[in-house]
Amino acid sequence: MTTHAAALDRGGMDATEVGMGVYNMKLGMWVFLLSEVMFFTSLIGSYIILRSAHPDMFAQPGEVLAVNLTAFNTFLLICSSVTMVLAFAAIERGDQAKLKAWLIATALIGMSFLGVQVYEYIQLSSHGFVPSVEGYSAAGAPLYGSTFYTMTGFHGFHVFVGVLALWYLVIQAFRGKYTVANHGAVEITGLYWHFVDLVWIILFTIVYLI
Amino acid sequence: MATTLTEHAPHADAHHHELSFVRKYIFSEDHKIIGIQFLFMSLFFLLVGGLLAAIMRWQLAYPTDAANPLPGGGLFPETMVNNGIILPEFYNSAVTMHGTIMIFFAIMPLLVGVFANYLIPLQIGAPDMAFPKLNMASFWTAFPAGLIMLAGFFVEGGHSSAGWTQYAPLSADPEWTGVYAGQRLWLISMIILGFASLMGAVNYITTVINMRAPGMTWFRIPLPTWALFITAILILLAIPVLTGALIMLLFDQTIGTTFFASATGGEPLLWQHMFWFFGHPEVYILILPGMGFVSEIIAAGSRKPIFGYAAMVLAIIAIAFIGWLVWGHHMFQSGMNPMLGMSFMVTTMIIAVPSAIKVFNWLGTMWRGDLHFHTPMLHAVAFVAMFVIGGLSGVFVASTPVDIFLHDTYFVVAHIHYVLFGGSLFAIFGAITFWYPKMFGRMMNSTLGKIHFWLTLIFFNLVFFPMHNLGIAGMMRRIYDFTQYEYLAPFQGLQLFISWSAFVLIGAQFIFAFNFLYSLFRGEKAPQNPWHANSLEWTAAPSPPPHGNFAHTPTVYRGPYEYSHPDTPGDYWPQNEPGPAAPAPEPVYAE
Amino acid sequence: MGWLPEAASTFADSIDGIFYLILAITGVIFVGVEAVLLWFAVKYRHREGRKAYHTHGNIRVEVVWTALPAVLVVLIGVLSIRPWLHIRSPDSIPPEAYAVDMTAKQFEWNASYVGPDGAMGTDDDVTQRNQLHIPVGRPVVVMLRSEDVIHSFFLPEFRVKQDAVPGMETAVWFQATRTGEFNLACAELCGTGHTRMGGRVIVYSADDFDAWLLAEGAGPPLGARLASSTDQP
Repeated sequence: MTTHAAALDRGGMDATEVGMGVYNMKLGMWVFLLSEVMFFTSLIGSYIILRSAHPDMFAQPGEVLAVNLTAFNTFLLICSSVTMVLAFAAIERGDQAKLKAWLIATALIGMSFLGVQVYEYIQLSSHGFVPSVEGYSAAGAPLYGSTFYTMTGFHGFHVFVGVLALWYLVIQAFRGKYTVANHGAVEITGLYWHFVDLVWIILFTIVYLI
Repeated sequence: MATTLTEHAPHADAHHHELSFVRKYIFSEDHKIIGIQFLFMSLFFLLVGGLLAAIMRWQLAYPTDAANPLPGGGLFPETMVNNGIILPEFYNSAVTMHGTIMIFFAIMPLLVGVFANYLIPLQIGAPDMAFPKLNMASFWTAFPAGLIMLAGFFVEGGHSSAGWTQYAPLSADPEWTGVYAGQRLWLISMIILGFASLMGAVNYITTVINMRAPGMTWFRIPLPTWALFITAILILLAIPVLTGALIMLLFDQTIGTTFFASATGGEPLLWQHMFWFFGHPEVYILILPGMGFVSEIIAAGSRKPIFGYAAMVLAIIAIAFIGWLVWGHHMFQSGMNPMLGMSFMVTTMIIAVPSAIKVFNWLGTMWRGDLHFHTPMLHAVAFVAMFVIGGLSGVFVASTPVDIFLHDTYFVVAHIHYVLFGGSLFAIFGAITFWYPKMFGRMMNSTLGKIHFWLTLIFFNLVFFPMHNLGIAGMMRRIYDFTQYEYLAPFQGLQLFISWSAFVLIGAQFIFAFNFLYSLFRGEKAPQNPWHANSLEWTAAPSPPPHGNFAHTPTVYRGPYEYSHPDTPGDYWPQNEPGPAAPAPEPVYAE
Repeated sequence: MGWLPEAASTFADSIDGIFYLILAITGVIFVGVEAVLLWFAVKYRHREGRKAYHTHGNIRVEVVWTALPAVLVVLIGVLSIRPWLHIRSPDSIPPEAYAVDMTAKQFEWNASYVGPDGAMGTDDDVTQRNQLHIPVGRPVVVMLRSEDVIHSFFLPEFRVKQDAVPGMETAVWFQATRTGEFNLACAELCGTGHTRMGGRVIVYSADDFDAWLLAEGAGPPLGARLASSTDQP
């Protein structure tokens, strides 16, 4: 019989009487994600404010940005959330093989998302859509580039960190570190990944579709 | 129930291998060591911030007076101090860096980095934080951030000089200040420090929610931990907004974006909104923990329960919540829509109320108490006296029409220093003295403590009270040479007086520094509970506690403020004591 | 010394009035609280055999000392609204206010007056550095701009302060109540020369102001057609 403190400590998933009935790592991840909400709100909120103040400096949907390609990219990311859920479900029932497979799938799809985004960035900047005032020649004005690259760039960075975490999980999975009783890392990475996906859906809607 | 819990495993030293010096004291995962690491780091930065203030005060005492060169001026490069004359570039940097370092590298880490880390697990009966490795990472992220911030003093162009508030466009384009690398280092350092703060916040919140010992219900948590918990929530939600703003400013500086450059569509006021949306919760981050410490010390020093514990908790929560709704009061004169200004005035007036409630509750705690004026108690009572002044001066600037006149004058400087120094720093001195025996197993010297206290209290008031008058007379902030204004030149005598009082004030702090360092080696050995307090760090753990804190997970039977309870002999009743406590011996440190 | 500069505008009455009201209220609270604190410190200090009175608080007293401060701050807030809107609201700028363009830059103030053609922004405008010339007893509206960073237009004796933000044009109006020379300062850190961004405000009688306009080659005389020297609140 382990102490309640120790049970909370490790990736163990025993809920407790004290607190929120949620083990430490999971509570910690939720708390962290709250801070991320504030971070993305500050960037997206600034975009909304700047665009309301200077609508003429921004372009119409599709004028500069490749909506279709990015819609496909959005679909990819959503698929990766599905694979992540499948990975989590697999380890919940002890299926090591499926855990590894779905984790790898999630990581690969995440990398594809990033690849498409990099490709998009290259395309856009070659057409004069850049983050800086200098060299900006696309529709709208440099403010458009400033906001676009900052928001999507930081989202992309979060995806990148998520991909690294996923590969770490893959390595650990191959080492047999995750069991039915002990797979907190998989669950919290899943939480993070879904969050990043959700942010993208919001970003895509606000930046590409409106 | 408590009976199902067994010994806490990590404390079973038998199979706990001995850690190397490096793993024990440098890269430690023990919350107590990490708290002490923050303590040394922040006291160092407090000194740096104080020296910057001394430089500013020298300039204000002798504005471009070649007959009174800056002592030690020769140590500075000619671009900063020329023939003993402080140059405007350096003065503006000193102003900026004094604010930055005091707020982010001294006061905040002293309140949170030190005491959230040190106290939270102990006060709730936990062996350590929820995430010890993350905790270690938090200090070792803050430390390099501090180094980067210091580096800014040594680069060409000098350090950031746009004020700690960094209003754009002054801060966004080096063209306006002549500061290039220094500004970037400032921004990078602040971004990194933000991560350190966030790591801490995640840890503190998770720990308080999830790792309380059996019987430690929410309304039995001591007020320092309550205050630190709420502060951690503020940090969690406010710092990311600052980070967003800092990133945007850094991008404007480096990659040519145009968030704040009006010529290309940017909005200077956007910076102010983002900065103050963070900045106002920030000032509550800077005061709430101190309020928690003061509650603890006054209750223990009065041998009485805190008056209105529930009200105190609710007041902390109210201050934290309403604190999100007042940020515009820093922007009344910015050109913001006056109707918006009005609504911010309303919320700002309202937030005075929970602070008032706390002041009255502290008085209520002292009322009919048995007051022991040991050094921590002196500081805690002084906190109340000084915070009242700071809070009341806030009412003036909360009124938008009065703020038209007082905004950006020395009246605001007086206000902020009454709350940050008279408030937070006094709370910090009291808290360090109070918890020093627990941290280091020794008492700080009581005589030196009292000398330091009185000198600080007297000279603090001599420095900052007259600043109310300077502000009322219309003296602006951040002015290198006020004698250039005919209506301000007559105040040279007063500025001289303030400066010399400030030099004595700063000098007096060395008494504290000496006491702190000397007592580490020569201080009287401290008993487990020198203040006869009730909370778990005193009643269930030795001074200092070992790794893992408690031999057995404590069980909590009552709140932390059952002093002088009629059902128990003696004047205190430990939280983890099942029945009436045995009679206590005469308190040793209680005069 | 160390007190409010002698007032020179119609705004001073309301601003100073609220200032003194707040001073009175906070002064009483300050003295009261500190006195009680000192009294308790002395009266309840530890003495041999003293025992503290064990109580956890009192709800009624909590209600009282919540309600009382709330009432006071709401009162101060409510009394502040009208003066604030009167001073700041674009709607309260008198239509007959005499307009002066004021552009702030590192590190000077440039005031522009309409030329004889009576229109602002034309070639015959007269621009002067670090000084503002205005008539007494007549509303003046300063159109504030900045060329570079944020500055703040501060006239202490007039109780006027308004940030000049690049990319924004802000109207700030006031009415002088006496003639003479007064101070103009920059109240927002704007760089290394922030300290020397001072200037003069010279207030003339109606006739003298017209004479000054003529001498400077600035706009049509305002004439004797002045608003009354006391502002309608």
